[in-house]
Amino acid sequence: MLDFLISPLRKLGHTSINAIWRLGYASRFLISILMYSGQSLMRFSLVIREVYFAGVLSLIIIIVSGLFVGMVLGLQGYNTLARFGSSDALGALVALSLLRELGPVLAALLFASRSGSAMTAEIGLMKTTEQLDAMSVMAVNPVARVVAPRFWAGVISMPVLAALFNVMGIFGGYLVGVVMIGLDAGTYWSQMNNAVDLHFDVVNGLIKSLVFGIAVTLIAVFEGYDATPTAAGVSSATTRTVVTSALVILALDFVLTAFMF
Amino acid sequence: MKRSTIDLWVGIFVAIGIACVVFLSLKVANLTPQSADSTYVLTADFDNIGGLKIKAPVKSSGVVVGRVTNVELDTQRYVAHVTMALDRHYQFSRDTSAEILTSGLLGEQYVGLTEGGDPDTLKPGDRITITSSALVLEQLISKFMLSFAEKGDSNSGKNASAAQ
Amino acid sequence: MPSDFFIELRNVSFAYDRRLILKNINLRIPRGQLVAIMGGSGSGKTTLLRLISGQFRPQQGEVLVDGKDVAKMGHAELFAHRRRMGMLFQFGALFTDLSVFDNVAFPLREHTDLPESMIRDLVLMKLNAVGLFGTQELMPAELSGGMARRVALARAIALDPALMLYDEPFTGLDPISLGVIALLIKKLNDALGTSAIMVTHDVHKSLDIVDHVYFVANGEVIAEGTPEQVRAAASPWVQQFVRGEADGPVHFAYPANRGLTDDLGVEGGGHA
Repeated sequence: MLDFLISPLRKLGHTSINAIWRLGYASRFLISILMYSGQSLMRFSLVIREVYFAGVLSLIIIIVSGLFVGMVLGLQGYNTLARFGSSDALGALVALSLLRELGPVLAALLFASRSGSAMTAEIGLMKTTEQLDAMSVMAVNPVARVVAPRFWAGVISMPVLAALFNVMGIFGGYLVGVVMIGLDAGTYWSQMNNAVDLHFDVVNGLIKSLVFGIAVTLIAVFEGYDATPTAAGVSSATTRTVVTSALVILALDFVLTAFMF
Repeated sequence: MKRSTIDLWVGIFVAIGIACVVFLSLKVANLTPQSADSTYVLTADFDNIGGLKIKAPVKSSGVVVGRVTNVELDTQRYVAHVTMALDRHYQFSRDTSAEILTSGLLGEQYVGLTEGGDPDTLKPGDRITITSSALVLEQLISKFMLSFAEKGDSNSGKNASAAQ
Repeated sequence: MPSDFFIELRNVSFAYDRRLILKNINLRIPRGQLVAIMGGSGSGKTTLLRLISGQFRPQQGEVLVDGKDVAKMGHAELFAHRRRMGMLFQFGALFTDLSVFDNVAFPLREHTDLPESMIRDLVLMKLNAVGLFGTQELMPAELSGGMARRVALARAIALDPALMLYDEPFTGLDPISLGVIALLIKKLNDALGTSAIMVTHDVHKSLDIVDHVYFVANGEVIAEGTPEQVRAAASPWVQQFVRGEADGPVHFAYPANRGLTDDLGVEGGGHA
């Protein structure tokens, strides 16, 4: 009878302890990445190689989704604004919603599922096939050689991708608003110019994407490094990367928005 | 994949990133490099500035000629002390008047300058003396209501006298 | 007082999550010899290698390599120790994102400041030594299992190590590749004069090439000797292992607490 109550409680306790333990472990992992970053930043070609895999290969998905998000914003925004007779403000609406929220958040979500999961799978597979062990037996620290370059590559790529997403979105809004619906091009840009502030909107959006980049990449490399070295372990670590990243991005977005705007 | 190919692609990638940030700064946020050289400062005191904010535009005949840079309360005379940075290209006469206006019914508030007839122009740091305050909607409504009520009173007075 | 033994394990015990894996192990490996450690799966052989390479630290006892205790080494010392050591992993553990050339060049690039032309010469020499000259442009995914193992061997000997560790070098290879690897291990050991430890459960091939054999079962050394001594040994356990019999001192059945009959409810009418 009492077992009925105790065992779920025990399970809850176990889960919470586990979660806190993993959080602490991840923080220690971040510290060791930062400690060994010097070595990998000295050999910048390692980071460049990872920027290629994390950033350059994400260009297509970012360009296409940015364009479509902008077009949808243009269409929906126009329909709503037209109801209040202020369809001129479409440029401001598209630019502000992209710069402040949609650009950083959606780019980070795409980055997590495209590059974050790839990083986790790659590192997890290296662990499974004893490549990380082989490295440390060869007196090469795997955190310095494998993890830190990927971490920095992610941190570098994320703001670039978010900025590109914003530009493509604004262009998508332009396509729908000006080319398709026929608003005045000058009004589109000038409304945007009046509404958008460099520091308040552009810089804050980029800061957001930088924070997301750090969070997503840390989660990705940590899950990979911590994966159970089996096929099932790597696949569940990859899933965890995507799910945890999505939750962390949205939670951080709320916190950052509360502080910034 | 060849090392040089990767380098090239990453170079392109970073160039795209820089281009995007430049585009966002210049084209979207309209960052016009405003140094202290290209502007001059004027001040004006208002009884009530309503919802005027720092960075609000200063317009003359609807053209933006500058921005509000500072708003503070003058604690000796209890009036709002507004500082504006105006474009050096635009000169205004000494008897220019400043008023706080609203763009549209519910839009943002801005400072409107109306040119006077004095041949001398305002020097940097000068104060605009002729000002009129912001229209505060509540005051407007209450004034309107009051006059309406007075009218009603006199009407009912008339009715009462007529009944007698 | 450098002893004649390059590696010496004294009363080593190791437990993993409270599960005792090695109990009071004593092992001695003379300089320049190739020694095999044999035993069934899960007998703690791989753990032994990891103790020597410093990846694990024993709870008790000493692991002496060239007179120095691995467990007491600091960070720098441990890295110095590993730099003089080569290890061949079970499935090679080649870096999948690097070409064959870059794999073999990896330790050279990480630990030396040699010019690229000299690294090239060294890598090609090592690849030639394992008979794979001409594969340098291939990626690991394009190699067969045996070839991958040979590339890994070339990588392990890139820095001319004083100590070689082989973790199950014969697993999953066809008989010809297996013969090639065994021959290479023997040849390299004789040519370079390295001390080497090989963990394996392939009895026949190993007995042909090694100088000395230790048998490990349930975390204890139960027999040792030269290959001739082992072949003639009277111990029923060694005989079972060497001949590969299914039942003997090592039981076929898992030591379950309950019998099969209990679970099936055949006896005594367990289910009402």
